[in-house]
Amino acid sequence: MNVERIIAGGLMAAALLLAGCSIQPWVKPYERERLADPMMKFSRDPLADKHREHIFDVREAAHGATGVQGGGCGCN
Amino acid sequence: MAVTRGRREAPAFGRSALARLRGIVSRCIRTLAGARVQPADGARLAGLLGGVLAAASADSAELPEDRADTMFHLYDGGGVTALGPAVLIRKSLFDRVSLSGSYYVDMVSNASIDVVTTASPYHETRTESTLGLDYVYHDSLISLSGTHSKEPDYSADSASVDVTTDVFSGMTTVSVGYTRGWDTVGKHGSSLSAPANHWQYRLGVTQVLTPRWLMSLNLESVSDDGYLQSPYRVARVFGAAIPERDPTTRTGRAALLRVAGDIGSRSAVRVQYRYFWDTWGIGAHTTELGYSKYLGDRWLLDGHVRYHTQDHALFYSDNFTSQMTYMSRNRQLSSFWDAGPGVKATYSAGRVWSRFDLKVTTAYEWLRFQYRDFTDIRTGQLYSFNANVLELFVSATY
Amino acid sequence: MSSRNQILRPRATAILAASWALLVAATAAAAALTSAPAPDFTLHSVAGSNLRLQEQRGQVVMLNFWASWCGPCRQEMPQLDRLYEKYHAAGFQLLGVNVDEDVRNATGVSSKLGLHFPVLLDTEKKVSRLYDLSTMPSTVLIDRDGRVRYIHRGYKDGYERRYDEQIRELLRE
Repeated sequence: MNVERIIAGGLMAAALLLAGCSIQPWVKPYERERLADPMMKFSRDPLADKHREHIFDVREAAHGATGVQGGGCGCN
Repeated sequence: MAVTRGRREAPAFGRSALARLRGIVSRCIRTLAGARVQPADGARLAGLLGGVLAAASADSAELPEDRADTMFHLYDGGGVTALGPAVLIRKSLFDRVSLSGSYYVDMVSNASIDVVTTASPYHETRTESTLGLDYVYHDSLISLSGTHSKEPDYSADSASVDVTTDVFSGMTTVSVGYTRGWDTVGKHGSSLSAPANHWQYRLGVTQVLTPRWLMSLNLESVSDDGYLQSPYRVARVFGAAIPERDPTTRTGRAALLRVAGDIGSRSAVRVQYRYFWDTWGIGAHTTELGYSKYLGDRWLLDGHVRYHTQDHALFYSDNFTSQMTYMSRNRQLSSFWDAGPGVKATYSAGRVWSRFDLKVTTAYEWLRFQYRDFTDIRTGQLYSFNANVLELFVSATY
Repeated sequence: MSSRNQILRPRATAILAASWALLVAATAAAAALTSAPAPDFTLHSVAGSNLRLQEQRGQVVMLNFWASWCGPCRQEMPQLDRLYEKYHAAGFQLLGVNVDEDVRNATGVSSKLGLHFPVLLDTEKKVSRLYDLSTMPSTVLIDRDGRVRYIHRGYKDGYERRYDEQIRELLRE
């Protein structure tokens, strides 16, 4: 219960801080050329990744947290 | 030439840290004092405009790109050979919605150590179909998908929803996801039809660190309930075989940390580490190191090394010396490590039929599995095997 | 576990919702300033000549910031080219500002799309920084007196209709 209150309070504080002080993003949208490269994607080929994930899922006890992508072009 | 390029490419972090701090402080003072700003020149105005534009949100989420993939996959190791085709098609409509469908076939010839020591080798085919819908709503991408997987003695259905949001001008991506799974476990030559339910909760954050580096943290919690064992597998008690007994509930948690960076000369590295722990007493570490490089105009090469190690489950034993409530000799739950390198080569064939950008990829991985507390009862030694993994596929983006 | 979650969900969701509402309200309240003079600059163009923004005074100018690695940018440009052909004779100037590190990417995409409007090269990102772009692509509409009138962040199907209306409005002045 305490942990949840702390997290919620922290989020509130962060929102206020961002709203009041406008921390500027330090990587500008026009500086993202490298990040937009397909090479910088954690997962480039969904079918191949699905195959690998299945191989390990069936043989290893660990599963999950295979990741959802961010970064990239950041366009729009 | 090289010198100026180097200077231009230096990360903005160091030299603009002071400028950023100054900006933050002055903006804080301005906002808190409620002052109205009268710009004296265009540059200061542009700065204010930019600050405002950065804070206000726009429709900033992007749909995944259209593509069609056809793949041949192969796994060969430990007496098991699994191969088959797979296809994936994704198409966007009205710039708002993206539909996707995939079909995956796994033809398995199973003569693994578990099978040959208790029964006889068999062939079986598993098919998996997935349908997905992605929808953009302001800064968020909402993804819905459903999967149906079927083999003669096992069927699994699942439904997922994932919401991915770009915040902080696209520097941070937050995603939450939920998957619900329903399995029905059967057994050849028996009327067994037992349910197994799964719940998965995901949370992920990706943070752009510099114009060349990004990192992500993913957390997932998986809960299982129902018939979680194999109706064929046996456990050993004093050398005698009895049907295995697994608990009917399980909750596992995984935390994955990944860092990727562009290191210049058209190459990139990535490192990842995942820790998994669950209520069955298993603790597992998985780590992977990858390197990618462009060669010429058309080739992209990747190399990686992966290492995984885990502890055995509380109710696992190679040979029990007393009867317990739960007993399993499932080597998936034993203590072992596996590791191996992999390579991938992608060739960009260019534009075909003036519409499709074609890429051909070959990926090969070699794995070694070494068990610490699972013996090969045929030899009495600790079991180990090598495996080959191959993927050949053609992708078209349009 | 389930009872704890049931207690957490309504309270945490309420706090999270309040935080987001505050953040959105604070940012929405800061309305964009218009009618401010557009910062002047001079850039080298793909054609080889130098182009200065101040020299376009008297015409309605649209600045479109784009990059070869930006998907929505590549989608938008054929639409902009169409607008350029349509209104150029009436006093409309469209300047594409490319931010690619490698100039060859700019010339490659420009010729592949068959663009008629001038493409300026901002490899040093000086003009992008001057206009403090917050998205890619960014489209800025400047009136005949050299003032910034409209700013469009990003590109989605249908934006070109808005551009059309605004160009016509500015041409009429």
